Amino acid sequence: MRPGRRLLDAFAVLIALATIFPIYWMVLAAVKPPGEIQSLDQRPWTLAPTLDAFRRVVTVDNFGRYFLNSVLVALVVVVLSGLCAFLAAVALTRFRFRLRTTVLVLFLVAQMVPVEALTIPLFFLVRDLGAQVPGIGLNTLGSLMLVHTAFTLPFAIWMLRGFVAAVPDELDEAAQLDGAGRFTILWRILFPLVAPGLAATSVFSFITAWNDFLFARTFIISATDRQTLPMALLVFFKPDENDWGAIMAASTLMTVPVLIFFLLVRRRLVAGLGGAVKD
Amino acid sequence: MRSAGRTPLWLLAPAAVVLGALFVYPMWQLGLLSVLDFRQAQVSGGQPARFVGTGNYAQLLGDTQFWSVLNATVLFAAACVVATLAVGAGLAVLLTRISRWPRLLLSLAAMAAWAVPAVSGSTVWMFLFDTDLGLVNQTLGLSGLNWMYDRYSAFALVGAVVVWHSFPFVMITLYAGIEAIPRSVLEAAAIDGASAWRTFWRIMVPILRPLLAIVVIQSIIWDFKVFTQIYVMTRGGGLAGQNLTLNVWAYQQAFAAGEYGLGAAIGVVMMVILLIVTLLYLRTLRRSGEPL
Repeated sequence: MRPGRRLLDAFAVLIALATIFPIYWMVLAAVKPPGEIQSLDQRPWTLAPTLDAFRRVVTVDNFGRYFLNSVLVALVVVVLSGLCAFLAAVALTRFRFRLRTTVLVLFLVAQMVPVEALTIPLFFLVRDLGAQVPGIGLNTLGSLMLVHTAFTLPFAIWMLRGFVAAVPDELDEAAQLDGAGRFTILWRILFPLVAPGLAATSVFSFITAWNDFLFARTFIISATDRQTLPMALLVFFKPDENDWGAIMAASTLMTVPVLIFFLLVRRRLVAGLGGAVKD
Repeated sequence: MRSAGRTPLWLLAPAAVVLGALFVYPMWQLGLLSVLDFRQAQVSGGQPARFVGTGNYAQLLGDTQFWSVLNATVLFAAACVVATLAVGAGLAVLLTRISRWPRLLLSLAAMAAWAVPAVSGSTVWMFLFDTDLGLVNQTLGLSGLNWMYDRYSAFALVGAVVVWHSFPFVMITLYAGIEAIPRSVLEAAAIDGASAWRTFWRIMVPILRPLLAIVVIQSIIWDFKVFTQIYVMTRGGGLAGQNLTLNVWAYQQAFAAGEYGLGAAIGVVMMVILLIVTLLYLRTLRRSGEPL
């Protein structure tokens, strides 16, 4: 091993530690006793770890509810967005039709639209829909699910396209000759083969929905039991003194599901991103 | 690929319905709102909306705060994009030159930072940089310094969080791309005596260009519209709005001040800027011979 490489290794480890440090600090602060948190001597370790802060967090009004709401929204978005994207990706790779390129370009442009700018019209749309369609108005989780499904779709379609294209045409053509119906081809043949790609795209939809702060803040205005996790966090910010222990505990609780999700699809994710290169 | 009647249309229908209802229609509505006098009274239906044409835009362009916010947005986004790309690309190259364990450690650390939700990440950094209880101030002996009081240090801190959250995507995407480059090409360059620097610019960058395009565009889009970090860390735009960016300002105008028409106009301005930036970038790509 050359000495240069050893130096680079050490540098990489240093960067890795610096990158992970805020996460370590978050978890550490979550288990520190209040006395240490409020101390003017913050130590990078703790002498008396306690789950006190977590207890304060989970006993706050509706916290479990917030957590459940976040999980529900994120999972529904992953499923809906994955389903719509899968069907669209099949249409765009398996069939030649008029305006195919136009549709593709439109999806690309849709990715560039700053969705934050759409908050205002979406607020009115959701409000007006609420009067007509139950489950979609303001103060509903349905509105959050729909909005995030829409926002994650263009990227999901672009990413999945590569995966569907990678499945040889001959496979479904052969099945067709064998008398398999369209439905069978779609769900029994293509879907299982594209599943790894769906795993990769689901990371993006999951994170988008899970992280959302803006739309939850905008749409869920008065029904506190329909709030999602980011709002629960803000409860512990006080004008006089922030409850840092509880804030860090809630932040940690919010991070864990995403970390698990990431670790589950880690390899697929890297393969998926690499696949976009060759596309 | 085959041509088969209506099947593709049925397959596209679910995506089209969702996108049409929650993307296209709201875009049209945004444009419409931006030319209306639309405030709290109109929202509650007490008064009819009045068409004011370019009135909202004229008001915006005549407002000195608009220019200052616009300026801040562009500079902040540009700084974040450059920093994210530099850090992400640099570390991607680093990943290809180190041993297995450090590589695994760095990619896992990056994945973890990527996975941390924006709200959580913002709060941790706020705690690290807290005036009295923050590790940074205590270590540096700066107790009592509030990083959020100064416009530039507040922006810098938010920027650091944004880069921390977004460099992993760039790093991992580019690393996956570099790994996909055939070994033989790089070996041939090494045999020809090309330096690492030259190999990077002359061989890796051209091959990776389509991927770089994706990464650059995503970074521009993400960093131009950072909302959560600014909103949470600066409590909605900083002291006297010194840390406002366009979308936070649009949000405040609409939902806090009840000026929905004006907020919509800001949204339109933002959308136009982003589209121009992306189209310009796509054009330079096309000029350099990239089929995108």
